[in-house]
Amino acid sequence: MSANALPEIAARGYARPDVLVTTDWLAEHLDDANVRVIESNEDPLLYPSGHIPGAVQVDWARDLNDPLTRDYLGRESFEKLMASIGVSNDTTVVFYGDKNNWWATYAFWVFQLFGHTRAKVLDGGRLKWEQEARPMTREAPQHPPATYRAPERDDQTIRAFRDQALEHMRAKRPMVDVRSPQEFSGERTHMPEYPQEGVLRGGHIPGAKNVPWARAANPADGTFKAAAELRAIYEGEQGLKPADDVIAYCRIGERSSHTWFVLTYLLGYPKVRNYDGSWTEWGNSVRLPIER
Amino acid sequence: MSTTAGPAKLRELVAELEPLPRDQRMEELIDWADRFVPVDPGIATRPYPEIHRAPRCESDAYVFATDREDGTLQLHFAVENPQGLSAKAWAMILNDVASGAPLEEVAAIDPDAIWRIFGRDLSMGKGQGLIGMLELVQREARKRIDARRG
Repeated sequence: MSANALPEIAARGYARPDVLVTTDWLAEHLDDANVRVIESNEDPLLYPSGHIPGAVQVDWARDLNDPLTRDYLGRESFEKLMASIGVSNDTTVVFYGDKNNWWATYAFWVFQLFGHTRAKVLDGGRLKWEQEARPMTREAPQHPPATYRAPERDDQTIRAFRDQALEHMRAKRPMVDVRSPQEFSGERTHMPEYPQEGVLRGGHIPGAKNVPWARAANPADGTFKAAAELRAIYEGEQGLKPADDVIAYCRIGERSSHTWFVLTYLLGYPKVRNYDGSWTEWGNSVRLPIER
Repeated sequence: MSTTAGPAKLRELVAELEPLPRDQRMEELIDWADRFVPVDPGIATRPYPEIHRAPRCESDAYVFATDREDGTLQLHFAVENPQGLSAKAWAMILNDVASGAPLEEVAAIDPDAIWRIFGRDLSMGKGQGLIGMLELVQREARKRIDARRG
């Protein structure tokens, strides 16, 4: 068992059970000055409608993305963000959010681009916390600003770009397309009224396996499935192997960061990258191969 | 400020919400979501038919319409994701502005109203889900317009 893993999480057989915390654990650490709880959602109305006491919000669009270039925030902006939410290099951050923690794991992934390894995810996220009728508040948290020193963003280890995805495809190395079967087949692409938000071509990267991201979660409470269940999906059904070099993608990289989290931390795959350009880049690019 | 096609009540709401600071607009939308009333079981029961499911909506929203005596629509919604606040807010807004409105005006609602109400930083997926709800509302309106024309 990894250090600091909670027994009930460790019992599920994960490679890195220490990255998950339970609602009980979080309830006991709400006043822990070394823990900062971070909510990241897809739905912008959720945090202001009520959040875990003391939790700050990190918004994917306003906080994590560069406002001009399609890229993530740089080192200086990350340092400012961390300082503003009262996170120092020694603070343990606990992410949670809506829809099985999909945006929470996206924020987690971006934090790992800057090497903030003191990071955990609340198993079950916002759904489980609410189901258990735990306290929520609309009160804005007041945390003293912190000092944070970040390294330059590491775009090599857990992030893949278009050319690397192409090389991966040509080498017939495993890729996981985590979108819905309709998106994977090319049946669904975009709305005609909003072509700028969609793609010119539907389908998937040749050779990619389709494992919709939410299959890794229990729909009843948003918790992650046990390791054996996850292996049955990714290895039993799709033929992935624990030593595989895997690239995951979706439409813009948020759903695939959930799968990246599952393969990396829960199943212990040593090399998993998230292709955040994903289908909005691939499906719009000239002459890139597509399979339907 | 450009105009938004569709019912007058929608234009008024856009004019009211669009200029608000983001935090204030969010509060207004949360109020809309808090007023959400799910479809009456006398009109639809679970499992809701797939034909009523809003395409691309991650909050599992369903749209139903019944006829008013004056030939306009009465809308009803279900949002199965308890955390789908934006879907609930949009459902109540659509109900308020489109139920009882002339069908042609409902069919002419510009999807851009979604961004003007919710903000330009709405995620792609969320925006498409809300458009999906609008699509079904407009499908119901167009169906009745076509029937009227014979």
